[in-house]
Amino acid sequence: MHCGVSCQLMRHPLAVALTLVLLIATGAAIAGEPAGRTPRPAIEPATAGTQCLATPDVMRRDHPSMLKHQRDETVHRGVREARASLKACIGCHASAATGSVAQAKTDFCSSCHSYAAVQIDCFECHSSKAQRTTALAGTGQP
Amino acid sequence: MTNTGFHAIESRAFYVLLLLGGLVTAAGLGAAHYMEVHGHVVTGMSNQVVWGLPHVFAIFMIVAASGVLNVASIGSVFGQTAYKPRAPLSGLLSLALLAGGLMVLMLDLGRPDRVIVAATHYNFTSVFAWNVFLYSGMAAIIAIYLWTMFERRLNGYSKAAGIAALVWRFALTTGTGSIFGFLVARQAYQSALLAPLFIVLSFAWGLAVFLIVQSVMYAWNGHTLPEDVRRRMARLLGVFVAASLYLVAVYHGTNLYFARQSAFEAFILLGRGDELGVFPALFWGGYVVVGALLPMLLLFMPRGAGPNGMLAASALVVAGAFALLFVFIVGGQSFPLEIFPGHEVTSSFADGAVELYRPRWPEWLLGIGGLGAAFVLTAIGIRALDFLPQDDFAAPGAKVAE
Amino acid sequence: MKTGAEQGLAGRRKFLGLAAAGMGGVLLAPGIHLIEVAQAATPAVTGKVRWGLLIDTTKCASGCSDCVSACNTENGLDPRPSPTSAQWIRKVEIKEIKTGRSASVPVMCQHCAEPPCVDVCPTGASFKRADGIVLVDRHSCIGCRYCVMACPYKARSFVHEPVSDQKPDVPRGKGCVEGCTLCVHRVDKGGTPACVEACAKAGHHAMLFGDLNDPASEISQRVKAVASRQLRADLRLDPGVRYQGL
Repeated sequence: MHCGVSCQLMRHPLAVALTLVLLIATGAAIAGEPAGRTPRPAIEPATAGTQCLATPDVMRRDHPSMLKHQRDETVHRGVREARASLKACIGCHASAATGSVAQAKTDFCSSCHSYAAVQIDCFECHSSKAQRTTALAGTGQP
Repeated sequence: MTNTGFHAIESRAFYVLLLLGGLVTAAGLGAAHYMEVHGHVVTGMSNQVVWGLPHVFAIFMIVAASGVLNVASIGSVFGQTAYKPRAPLSGLLSLALLAGGLMVLMLDLGRPDRVIVAATHYNFTSVFAWNVFLYSGMAAIIAIYLWTMFERRLNGYSKAAGIAALVWRFALTTGTGSIFGFLVARQAYQSALLAPLFIVLSFAWGLAVFLIVQSVMYAWNGHTLPEDVRRRMARLLGVFVAASLYLVAVYHGTNLYFARQSAFEAFILLGRGDELGVFPALFWGGYVVVGALLPMLLLFMPRGAGPNGMLAASALVVAGAFALLFVFIVGGQSFPLEIFPGHEVTSSFADGAVELYRPRWPEWLLGIGGLGAAFVLTAIGIRALDFLPQDDFAAPGAKVAE
Repeated sequence: MKTGAEQGLAGRRKFLGLAAAGMGGVLLAPGIHLIEVAQAATPAVTGKVRWGLLIDTTKCASGCSDCVSACNTENGLDPRPSPTSAQWIRKVEIKEIKTGRSASVPVMCQHCAEPPCVDVCPTGASFKRADGIVLVDRHSCIGCRYCVMACPYKARSFVHEPVSDQKPDVPRGKGCVEGCTLCVHRVDKGGTPACVEACAKAGHHAMLFGDLNDPASEISQRVKAVASRQLRADLRLDPGVRYQGL
């Protein structure tokens, strides 16, 4: 009969001990330290007086799928000027200093994304700057 | 057929070879990264020639991967006993070449980070979408095929696996030829002949690669391939090369019959419009003479050219393959699209102009890196498992019967 | 009278059914919310409309490139032509070899009804919209350039370099393939493509944009009245762009 799990554990006490210590330490870290000790992203607030599509916790969790749904609506079905469009987001969230949401490290999108270490692919193609023009600009209508 | 056991390559030399192969592969990966960061502007490609040297390397490897499995098929499916011991090596080479070719193809993409998108979004009118399944399925079938050959209890299933591999291989290579055959826009393509042409080319190129690897392995281990087996394989390669030449001749001959294709044929065959004459040199010199006629001479010589002659012929066939693919892929793009038949055209977008494509170092490194990856995979496979064909070897030093 | 086991089973089934319904509701709810948001914007395109262009080459001067400049400005393209620069529209100077008759022709994506570029795209990034405009969904484009190989009109360009300072209405980036969009960002809001507008503004009036499906539209009436043809009509791709005077 070969050595079972508990037998293996008893054979390597050092490894078992180290693993347990690691687990306990991680657990302690996750269990939460006072807010002041954990760095939080400094997120620039949006344009004053505006209202986002949903509450921050919903937006934080769902913005990838909201953007993905809206982009398919816009590209494939030609639905533009939607409230959930990327341009609308940028319009409210662009930084007053840079005029952009992803140019400086402190701009709206970059601040949280660099904190979470999640690369943003959007602005390789999309302009991250707010469009400071009238509503009819670019439509070809006089 | 006695099993003489594990043939281990001398350790030190093996690791040196592995290191060299790894360095070549790493250089290819580095070049791909450079291309990804800076964009394809660092290559010689443009909006006229969008598929360049990396595609030449990749398509050679993928077509050869399909064809090298032929050796196994002749053994398993058609029951030729001399080929049966060669089947495992043929399977390994097929996997290695497929991996190398796909590596180059995927790294040459404009957005290689989006391979996941390619794997999850499919437009099934596109041959490329089918290829995602054909290539990955091919790898799986080869893996199962190798398993049936190595696992003694499953040996009875190797014929079924061999047939599955054969059928899948035909579908895959038909797909590769149809990548071009389905393109109505370009005069070089838009032909149903391209799918069978690629199938026959795969037979020739695959067998040539197999013979090169087999010769090298035998020489390394101090063995000699039995003369009657060698003669059969050499003759077979000659037949495949002749068949490829025939189909290429039919393709160009038919094109010459159509008035609307004559400008294109003059460009490829005579270099009209191409000041450097790159394409006729590569076609006539590189493919017809070096890649077809010389090998046929060596392989069909009355008294046989011997093992060295066969190795040389195989190497020439591979060189000819690269020449033909360059003419086919790049030449087809260099010749301008005919948007206004019967007119001379000029524009800022190179309409009506022949575009000269000069590959730069990132493309060379990427292509050669793919070969390196195939080499590394083959070397590791040969080292780890029993891939050397098990012939009846005479004792070293004894004369080989003629 | 149900046994204890059967009663338990029935109870479990009811619970599973409720749970499934609940899950469905939870999963659908965000979708319902999003659909509500989308409907506040411009309406979705339909197949009732087929956008097209009619180009009168007799009004195209050889040196004029107003349409090209307008396109470059509108879409943020590099105005300096090079082998690797993206050109969504270009003027092609043609001369018939036998007769010597020459013309100057603006060529862009022909927005075919049977686009070969859509057939060959592995991810479906190259697609034809319901209203006939052929586009590249750059979210799905992997940059394989198969559509560039497939297009008979050399309409597609591959972006060879990193792009910056994109126009907010025209996202474009390195590694993807692109082409004339018939200015969808304008058309969807009721406007006309930039090239057509610029040509009209300059007084040439060589380009006409409109709905080919509407018999009352100016373009439909004009193509009924004058001789026009499609480029490479022999390929039967049925482009939405027609040329007069060729």
